[in-house]
Amino acid sequence: MKILTAPRMERCIGCHSCSLACARLVHGRLSWNTAGIRIASSGGLSTGFEAHLCLACDPAPCAAVCPTAAFVQRRGGGVVVRKKRCIRCGACAPACPVGAIHLEPDGEPFVCIHCGRCVPFCPHDCLEHREVEEGAGGPGEEERP
Amino acid sequence: MSETPFRVLRVDLASGRGETLAIEGRSRWAGGSGLAAMLLGRFGRLDRPWDDPEQPLVFAVGPLTGLYPLMSKTVCAFLSPRHGQAAESHGGGRSALALRLAGYDALVITGRAAQLSCLSLGTRHLALRDVHFLRGLDVQATGKILRRILPGAGHRSILRIGPAGEARAAMACINVDTYRHFGRLGAGAVMGAKNLKAIAVQGDGSPAIPAGKDYPRVFEEVYRLLTATDMMHKYHNLGTAENVAVLNALRALPFRNLKQTHDPGAAAISGEAFAERTLLRNAACAGCPVGCIHIGFVREKFMEPNQYLYRQVSYDHEPIFAVGAMLAVCDPFAALDLMEEAERAGLDVMSAGVALAWATEAFATGLLSERETLLPLAFGDARAYAQAIWHLARGQNDFYRLLASGVERAAAHYGGAEFACVLGQEMAGYATGEVFFVSQALGFRHSHLDSAGYAYDQRHEKPGVEDACRHLFAEEQGRCLLTSMAACLFARAVYTEERLAACLEAAGWGEIASRLPEIARRVQAERWRLRLKGGFTPEEVPFPRRFTEVETWKGPIDPAFLARLRAETARGIRRLAAQAEEDRAAGAAASGVDAPAAEG
Repeated sequence: MKILTAPRMERCIGCHSCSLACARLVHGRLSWNTAGIRIASSGGLSTGFEAHLCLACDPAPCAAVCPTAAFVQRRGGGVVVRKKRCIRCGACAPACPVGAIHLEPDGEPFVCIHCGRCVPFCPHDCLEHREVEEGAGGPGEEERP
Repeated sequence: MSETPFRVLRVDLASGRGETLAIEGRSRWAGGSGLAAMLLGRFGRLDRPWDDPEQPLVFAVGPLTGLYPLMSKTVCAFLSPRHGQAAESHGGGRSALALRLAGYDALVITGRAAQLSCLSLGTRHLALRDVHFLRGLDVQATGKILRRILPGAGHRSILRIGPAGEARAAMACINVDTYRHFGRLGAGAVMGAKNLKAIAVQGDGSPAIPAGKDYPRVFEEVYRLLTATDMMHKYHNLGTAENVAVLNALRALPFRNLKQTHDPGAAAISGEAFAERTLLRNAACAGCPVGCIHIGFVREKFMEPNQYLYRQVSYDHEPIFAVGAMLAVCDPFAALDLMEEAERAGLDVMSAGVALAWATEAFATGLLSERETLLPLAFGDARAYAQAIWHLARGQNDFYRLLASGVERAAAHYGGAEFACVLGQEMAGYATGEVFFVSQALGFRHSHLDSAGYAYDQRHEKPGVEDACRHLFAEEQGRCLLTSMAACLFARAVYTEERLAACLEAAGWGEIASRLPEIARRVQAERWRLRLKGGFTPEEVPFPRRFTEVETWKGPIDPAFLARLRAETARGIRRLAAQAEEDRAAGAAASGVDAPAAEG
C-alpha cells in the first residue's frame, strides 16, 4: 500500500497547486480547504510553509470515533472514506492528533485518502507517494533530499 | 440563456455595512480590468477629487481566477492621488484566489471610516473593526498583529498600508501578503484617505468545478506548458532580475538618475549576483507553480559580540533598478536593505528610488540643501537613503511631502525639472529608447507593463512611427484581455487568445469566449474614456530633457521621432476614448441606464 508523505517541505513555494489539484480532481471543487492536503504558512509568509495532511495512523483515532463507519481503517495506514455513511457529526476532526481533517461549515469532512493524485502537481517535488509495509503505522521519519 | 451577473460586494466604510450586488455585463466586461473599469465608471465621481470619501476603491478578479494556473492577479482601480484620474494597479499573492473563494467577482469600497479600521470578509462574514492602535505601524508589524487578531488563520489574504499610506503619499502602495503589492500610482494613499489600514479576505468557499471533461483536460494542457516547457524558465530561474545585466550590456539600464545607461557597478547587483549571494528561496502567488518571487536575505549585526538578526526581502528587476542602479548602490545587501525600508514604510519602491535619485542630483547641484533633505544625499550612500526613505514615507517636512506627491511637483518648486525622471510617474527600469519612453508616459497605468515598449525598442533598430504606434495599441489591447481574465502577464506566451477561448469554454464561460476581440477593444477604449474624462491631456505629457540626452546601444535619442510618436499615440488615445463614448451612447439608447440591482 502507498501513502502520501511530504518529506521535502523546505522546498515549498506556497503555490497551493497540490491542494487545488486534490480539491479539483478528487472532490470536484475549486478550493484550498476541501482537500486532503492543505498548505499553511505559520506566522506569515516569512516563516515558510507546512503541509497539513494525514500521517496515515494505524490504528487511526478518527476511524475509532466515527459512529457510522464512514471512516474505516485503511490497510497501510489512514482511512477509507465512505461519504454516504457520514452523518456530518464532526467527531473525526478533533480526534485527529495533527489537525489533518478539514470540516466544512455543514460538517462534511475532508481528509487525505492517500491516492497520490496531488504529487505530479508539485513543481518542487516536495511530496512523495511511497510504498509502506502494512502495519508500519505512519510515514516514519522524514526523509531528507 | 441569461448571463450570470457579476457578484459584487459593496462596503460603505462610514456605516460599516455592506450589500451584495448582482451586476449585469459579464459578456461585455469579462472581469478583472474590464470589470474594474466598469465599476469605477459606475461608482466613481470623475469630476471630484480623488480623496472625496465617496470615491470607490475597487478590487476585481476574473472569470478564470483560480481555475487555471497563473490566473492569480487582482485588479485594483481607483482615482490616483498622482493625477486625480482613473488608475489601475495589479497585485497577486493570495488576494485573487481569496476574493474568488470568498464568493465575489469584485469588492467596491466607498466612504471613509470614522477611525482607522480593518475590513475583514469571507463567505459568511463581513466586519469593520477599529484598529486605531495600528496607527503609524509599519507594513510587517501590521501584518503580524492582524494575523494574530483576525479570525480564520490560513487561507486568507491581508492587504495593508504602512505609514506612507496613512500620510496619503502619492507614492504609497498597498502591500499584499508581505511580498506582493498594488505598487504604483498611490493606491495606498486611497486606503489612507479612507482610514482603512487593512483588508483581510478569507477564501473559505469551495464552489464546484466546471462540469464536463473539457476542464480537467484543458487545465492539464496549460499546466504542462507552464511547468514542463521552457516558457517560464526566466521567471523561475533568476526572475526579472535577469534584466539588470542584459540592459546594462545594451546600455539601457538607467543609472545615477539616468545620467548613465550602463555602469561597471551593475555587475554587483545583477540577477546572477543576487542569486549567488543573497537568494534564500522562491515563493509563489496562490495558484502559480512558477514561483517567480525571489526572496533574498540580509543579516545585521545589532550588538557585540556576534549578535545578528536577519530579514527576508523580495527582489525583482524594478526594485534593483530603483534603489540599486538609480542610486548607485552597487551592493546587493545594501540594495535589499533599502527595499526592506521601502517595504516597511509602505512606499512604492520604484517611485521612492527614482525620487531620491532626483533629490541626490538636485542636492549635488545646489538646488537643495540639508534644510530640505535633512541629511546629505550622495549616490552610493545607502545609509543616508535608508533614512531618507522614512522621511519620504512620513512626509517629514514640506520638501519630503512635496517629493512624495511626485518628483515633477518637487522639481517645479525647487528646480531640476530637466532631470526629473518622470514619464507620467517615476520611470521604470528601462532606458531602451523612444518607444518605451512614449509607452510609459502615455500608458494608461504609466507602467512598463502597459504595452511593453521596451521590447519593441529591443527588436527594432529603426522603428517607424506608424508601426510602433500600431504595435503599442495592439499590445495594450492584448494585455487588456489578459488582465480582464485576470492573468499574470508573465503567462502571456501561454495564454494566447485561442487558448484563453478554450479555457473559457471549458470553464463554462462560452458567452465570454465567443467575444474576446470585442471585449478587449471595449476594455481598452473604456479605460481611456475614463482617463480623459478625468482631465488627462496626452498631448501635454512632459518629457524632461534627461530622456533626450540618453544614449543607448542605438546611439542618441531622436527627439523628432519621440515627438512624432507622442503626437500619434495621443491621437490614438483620443480615438479610443471617442469610440467608447459612442459605444456608451449607443448602449444607453438601446437598453436604458443600467442601475445596480440588489442581489435576490
